Amino acid sequence: MTKIPASGNASPVLKQLIFQQIGFSVVTALAILTVLPIIAVLVYIIYLGAPAISWEFLTAMPQNGMRSGGIWPAIVGTFYLTLGTAIFSVPLGVASAIYLSEYAPENRLTRLIRLAIINLAGVPSVVYGLFGLGLFVIFLNFGTSILSASLTLSIMTLPVIISTTEEALRAVPQSFRVVSVSLGATKWQTIRRIVLPQSTAGILTGVVLGLERAAGETAPILFTGAAFFLPRLPNSPLDATMALPYHLFVISTQVPGMPIQIQYGTVLVLVAFVVLMNIIATILRSRARARRSW
Amino acid sequence: MAAKSQKITGALITKGIQFSGFSSILFVLLIMFFLFYQGIPALFDVPLGDLFSQRWYPIESLYGIVPLILGSLIVTLGASLIAVPFGVITAIYIAEIAPRWLAEIMKPLVELLAGLPSVVLGFLGILIVSPFLRDVLNLPTGLTAFTGSLLLGGIAIPTIVSISEDALKNVPVSYRQGSYALGVTQWQTIWSVTVPAARRGILTAIMLGLGRTIGETMTVMMVTGNAPVMPASFMALFMPIRTMTATIASEMGEVAGGSPHYHVLFFIGLILFLFTLAVNIVVSRISTQQLKRSERILS
Repeated sequence: MTKIPASGNASPVLKQLIFQQIGFSVVTALAILTVLPIIAVLVYIIYLGAPAISWEFLTAMPQNGMRSGGIWPAIVGTFYLTLGTAIFSVPLGVASAIYLSEYAPENRLTRLIRLAIINLAGVPSVVYGLFGLGLFVIFLNFGTSILSASLTLSIMTLPVIISTTEEALRAVPQSFRVVSVSLGATKWQTIRRIVLPQSTAGILTGVVLGLERAAGETAPILFTGAAFFLPRLPNSPLDATMALPYHLFVISTQVPGMPIQIQYGTVLVLVAFVVLMNIIATILRSRARARRSW
Repeated sequence: MAAKSQKITGALITKGIQFSGFSSILFVLLIMFFLFYQGIPALFDVPLGDLFSQRWYPIESLYGIVPLILGSLIVTLGASLIAVPFGVITAIYIAEIAPRWLAEIMKPLVELLAGLPSVVLGFLGILIVSPFLRDVLNLPTGLTAFTGSLLLGGIAIPTIVSISEDALKNVPVSYRQGSYALGVTQWQTIWSVTVPAARRGILTAIMLGLGRTIGETMTVMMVTGNAPVMPASFMALFMPIRTMTATIASEMGEVAGGSPHYHVLFFIGLILFLFTLAVNIVVSRISTQQLKRSERILS
């Protein structure tokens, strides 16, 4: 304990401690003030959205100008788009990460690749939409379709998948590779049999986080594949599709007289989807850490 | 024989992996190419003086993009006033002060905020934030630049928190121990040792957060009122505006391909792209400088 001098003035140390206590309280309050709204938003959405959720709401077609019925085509559309994005972005992203982690020399070109990845991560989502419109819809003539939208979303998702996968690959100790190669395995065999299996959970975390982002995006699909309203489900990758985020945008801003119940229900479905993917990613990540025996 | 076919497969796979590695560069170049290819004709369709004039009214072929640029800047500035202090303080709290269990609760929540689709934030903005602001501030409409700033703050915060937190965690423990050994309190150590040591990381976090903000589309389109008017004064923060991103998103669906309007929208996209490119080049400069500096210290 610090002794308070007889003069009556608080000692500088005590003063500092009081100061620290006040500072900590203020910082704690601000941090909680930052995080609390997130909980509030979740509770609010669940509380208001839950009554709207029914089997019919999830599996029926929209009716009466989307003012009644369900959101089935939007759910299916988001599923297709996410699947399409996974088909293109996962192989390319993982291969790209393997290159950066296992092959790339430390030179100018590699630095340029890294700069390109950082830059891809920073391109505004609506600019991806413009790019997809220019390249896939018009130039390659895929039209406004699931294919164009998935390709656009794939390129947007690449940086997330590449950077998390690379991190997972780099976490595998160098000695594992050395031992494998010394036993006569080729570089590819080492990657295939040793490095990839050891980093699966980490890679999957990145894939799930990337796809979560893609599934929630609206701006990149606005002019590349999203349909305002479709009376039927898409039949082929060259059809346009409804999608949950775009549907939410449409019913909350573009359709007058939209029952609030349907809006709340749609928000809940979209948020539940995102939260679910987030939880999967968190579980995978903790598993990746737990499995690490080295 | 088997060894030979293995060798060939291996070589093919290696080529494929190399190509994938370079693909990111290819995509950046492709994006750039299409933005230039479709955006540069705007400079020939619309006289430069008109393009940088103050009136955006495409129906009468008035394509002044200045109000849109200012709209984006106002919203981003407002968002930074919210996101920077709250984001950095939250990162300091999680990294330095919070008990472990609380930090483990807060981190996933912040990540969840990062994952929330921007339409969801826009929806909440329309339903909760905007009526609230209208009533509290006594405004004619709640769909203002400020509403956008508040919500975009929420979009920038996860980026700022997680990167700043990493930067703070990367400050060697010995720095803090040295400081404590000199009799300095934890509070003083945070502000005079840890935060300064992590300042480049924190700066990176702020820049990337704001880079995300200026490119945000759906939220601003839904809550800022969509009025492409020149912000006249500081009070413009509490009036409807229109950002560059929202303009592209709301008008691109209705223009004829190849029209001047179409090219101008691509031109706006090009400006946005070049802006984020500049931010990212500066950021990667900062982080490589940091690397070199830490290498110097360690050697």
